[in-house]
Amino acid sequence: MPGAASRVCEPMAAETLETTPGMSRLTGPARAGALRRWWQPHRVVLVLVATVLVVLMITTMRWDWLPKYSDRLLLGAWRTVWLLALSVVIGFLFAVPLGFVQVTGPKFLAWPARGFCTLIRGTPLLLQLWLLYFGLGSLFPHMPAIRHSFLWDYLRLSWPYGLLALTLSFAGYEGEVMRGAFAGVPRGELEAARAFGMGRFTTLRRIWLPRAFYRALPTLGGEVIMQLKSTPLVATITVVDVYGVIAQVRQDTYLVYSPLIFLAFVYMCLTGVLVLLVRLLESRMPVRGA
Amino acid sequence: MGIDWHLLALSPPGWGGMLLRGLATTLEVSGGGYVVGLLIGIAGAVGKLYGGPVSRDLWECYTTAVRAIPELVLIVLIYYAGTDAVNRLMAVFGHQAVDINGLVAGIFVIAVVQGAYSTEVLRGAIKAVPFGEIEAARAFGMSSGQMLRRITLPAMLPHAIPGLANLWLIATKDTALLAVVGFTELTLATREAGGATKAYFTFFCAAGLLYLMVTLVSNQFFGIIERHARRGQPGM
Repeated sequence: MPGAASRVCEPMAAETLETTPGMSRLTGPARAGALRRWWQPHRVVLVLVATVLVVLMITTMRWDWLPKYSDRLLLGAWRTVWLLALSVVIGFLFAVPLGFVQVTGPKFLAWPARGFCTLIRGTPLLLQLWLLYFGLGSLFPHMPAIRHSFLWDYLRLSWPYGLLALTLSFAGYEGEVMRGAFAGVPRGELEAARAFGMGRFTTLRRIWLPRAFYRALPTLGGEVIMQLKSTPLVATITVVDVYGVIAQVRQDTYLVYSPLIFLAFVYMCLTGVLVLLVRLLESRMPVRGA
Repeated sequence: MGIDWHLLALSPPGWGGMLLRGLATTLEVSGGGYVVGLLIGIAGAVGKLYGGPVSRDLWECYTTAVRAIPELVLIVLIYYAGTDAVNRLMAVFGHQAVDINGLVAGIFVIAVVQGAYSTEVLRGAIKAVPFGEIEAARAFGMSSGQMLRRITLPAMLPHAIPGLANLWLIATKDTALLAVVGFTELTLATREAGGATKAYFTFFCAAGLLYLMVTLVSNQFFGIIERHARRGQPGM
């Protein structure tokens, strides 16, 4: 990928989150061997220490709030998941053209796209979120056209602003990744497509887009995990996701540790599930020498 | 929608001075957190690459946990739980509870988060140094200190700088999350200014421009450093 500036914001979570590469792909005796190597003597001690710590946490801290809030926690976790899913899907749909026009589009499209990506990646998401919620949210009530339209029913709520901010953020970061991916597809493959008589649109659909997608896939996994870690920000604009519920618990009970530790545990589980899903997806993709 | 420029004036009826002070705090916290995080990262990379099995596993737990938990949750957890733990320790040793300096707590929080990421960046960069170069250094009889100073460090820098530049930008943006725990850096100062004047749009745009300027200036700066670190290497 050309240029120092483009490298600056490339995510590295994809490669770095991979803790034990290939472990899951082994089968039979090889897998048993890997397992035996994992259970070295010091690990047994470490696992014992960790178990003791967890048992201490369970026995000495107050967890009586947990059953009382379990319904709300589940609802909050569900909100987190769908905010993540929707923002990733819509954001990716925006990211593809954003990356594409930066590679081959005319200047009047490429420059705004590049400006958008720089703007999104150069400012904190919290600021973008508050700009949309407090800034736009304070302008809309003064516009009669919006106030009397059907949109108003949604614009009075807070989650559309959260979803919009998350979507734009994902589009900005992923647009940059897609730019690199589109630019990285070898010239020769596109020339071969043309030699076979494919039109520009057919080349894009059959060759350029799929090849770019496979190239972007490892970073895409990392980006989705980053996005999951951005979702709790919406709690600051009163969207009650799982973080919001825990904030409520902390206000009600004045507990310092146990709600936050539980929250960290929930997010670790969510991240773990996402990592597994990404691995599953990657193992199904026909990537050869990408 | 007209923008009232007087709101951004530097002296008190305007809020520009407050925004700039917020920017200074943001830079202080992210700079401090970045440097301390880098120190943690060096320790972590060395621990992961050359340490014993226990130190390796412990560093692995640290980096995995930090990278799996949202920054916001970590910041709230460390900020509140950390100050609470320090005060309890003070009580154990018979001292009065102290009000912990927000700046120090902020730097500590950012450093813990940054440390995990810089561990990975530095570990990857050190691993990217070709083994032959290290063998050659050994063959010339260099001690491990000399080898680190003369070979490993300069050879890994070109691999590490893009990642480290990335981390600096993440640090400047992560400090915005301290607004959630009530630490007045640029984002919270902006929100306060907006809340007092109801001109949210003006102030958030102004703060966005300030952040963007930090990013763009940093990009230029890291570009120069990277060119310097890559001198003598074939072009990419």
